[in-house]
Amino acid sequence: MNWHRYASPANFKRLSDRLLPWAAGGAALFLAAGVWSGLVVSPADYQQGETVRIMYVHVPAAWMSMFVYANMAVAAAAALVWRHPLAEVAGRAIAPVGAAFTFLCLVTGSLWGKPMWGTWWVWDARLTSVLILFFVYLAYMALNAAFDEPERGARASAVLALVGAINLPVIKFSVDWWNTLHQPASVTRLDAPAIDPSMLAPLLAMAIGFTLFFVAVAFVRIRAELVERRLEALRHARVAGEAAAERT
Amino acid sequence: MSAALALVARDVRLALRTPAETLTILAFFVIAATLFAFGIGPEPQALARVATGIVWVVALLACLISLDRLFQAEADDGSLDQLVLAPAPLELLVLAKCLAQWLTTALPLVVVSPLVATMLQLSPHGYATLLASLLLGTPSLTLFGAVGAALAVGARKGGALLALIVLPLYVPVLIFAVAAVEASIAGLSPRPHLFLLAGLAVFALTLAPFAASAALRQASE
Repeated sequence: MNWHRYASPANFKRLSDRLLPWAAGGAALFLAAGVWSGLVVSPADYQQGETVRIMYVHVPAAWMSMFVYANMAVAAAAALVWRHPLAEVAGRAIAPVGAAFTFLCLVTGSLWGKPMWGTWWVWDARLTSVLILFFVYLAYMALNAAFDEPERGARASAVLALVGAINLPVIKFSVDWWNTLHQPASVTRLDAPAIDPSMLAPLLAMAIGFTLFFVAVAFVRIRAELVERRLEALRHARVAGEAAAERT
Repeated sequence: MSAALALVARDVRLALRTPAETLTILAFFVIAATLFAFGIGPEPQALARVATGIVWVVALLACLISLDRLFQAEADDGSLDQLVLAPAPLELLVLAKCLAQWLTTALPLVVVSPLVATMLQLSPHGYATLLASLLLGTPSLTLFGAVGAALAVGARKGGALLALIVLPLYVPVLIFAVAAVEASIAGLSPRPHLFLLAGLAVFALTLAPFAASAALRQASE
């Protein structure tokens, strides 16, 4: 199968035309089912009470924050190696979505931390790593927008996405190390190795819903970005045409 | 190789002939550390508790603000294109630039750091490890910083952007360096932390020249 076929914007448009309704419809379906079963059907936790329901947003958001970054890194590699214009556009289009998921993860974590730990923020290893992931997203978006020529921004931020992909595990490891040095088990960890099926089902439904939502939003954003580039090119062509007409 | 050595010699000579730049960085280092004393209060115990962190964070910021001219000066006068087109591998030339940058900004910071540490009442058991951690840690700062500086060449509002790119990459260095100094103040062996710092330096040494070169190549297209 020749994947390069989908790198052409026209083919991508045809593919996304076909898949977008399915992704959007599936996202609506799974999110509705997940919200319903998470808020109404699933039981409250024997220890955490009703606040455990924050998990159904928090955990999928955390998964998505990493999943979207992995997508960005793959798009960045494709943009640098094959110079696919679509890969450049994709990285730029999905970065704000990933940053939004990461922010959602931080906010829901903070809201969850207040009743559970008694404070809005603790320097827990996982919270801190997610915060740094959020900073990396911000750096990517700032670098992408920092140049007068969008192509420069796309390629520079692609390099940054790959450097981040290699460095994030190192940062994660060092933050874990730092945390065990400074806070010897002072924070109640919410490790839940055995999760009850009544909670797992809504969690998985939400996770699938989040993923399909991301796919749908990514399609829409990439298409908007392609249209914007096309408009820009047409505008340039018209200005050049007018200048040529004036000269004659 | 001779091209790389010539580049190091040129940059060091340039820095020696305009010492104001290095001195400004050193002045920033001392003044910013002094500000912490005003912010925290003059009690020796309170300062001693945070001295390691302050010395390291301020040294890290001093490294950061020295980065903005690393490749931008070359980009402005056009010699960056010459470096990219030179027959010597660009990775080697980037490494030479980093070495010169480290010699002219990070090494002076290491030399001045005991003075700042004294002002902040660092425990006497911490000095040797502080110097060792700075010597092992600042190369990583310069190398990761070079990646950021190469990415930000030609960007609008480069300074704040550079901080945003580089500071997350500095987190591991800061963590292990401070852990090393704190360990030796507590009477423990700082060796594991110092080894990890050395490992980070090797990691940066292998990764950063390639990433920075990739960034410079696309900047000079």
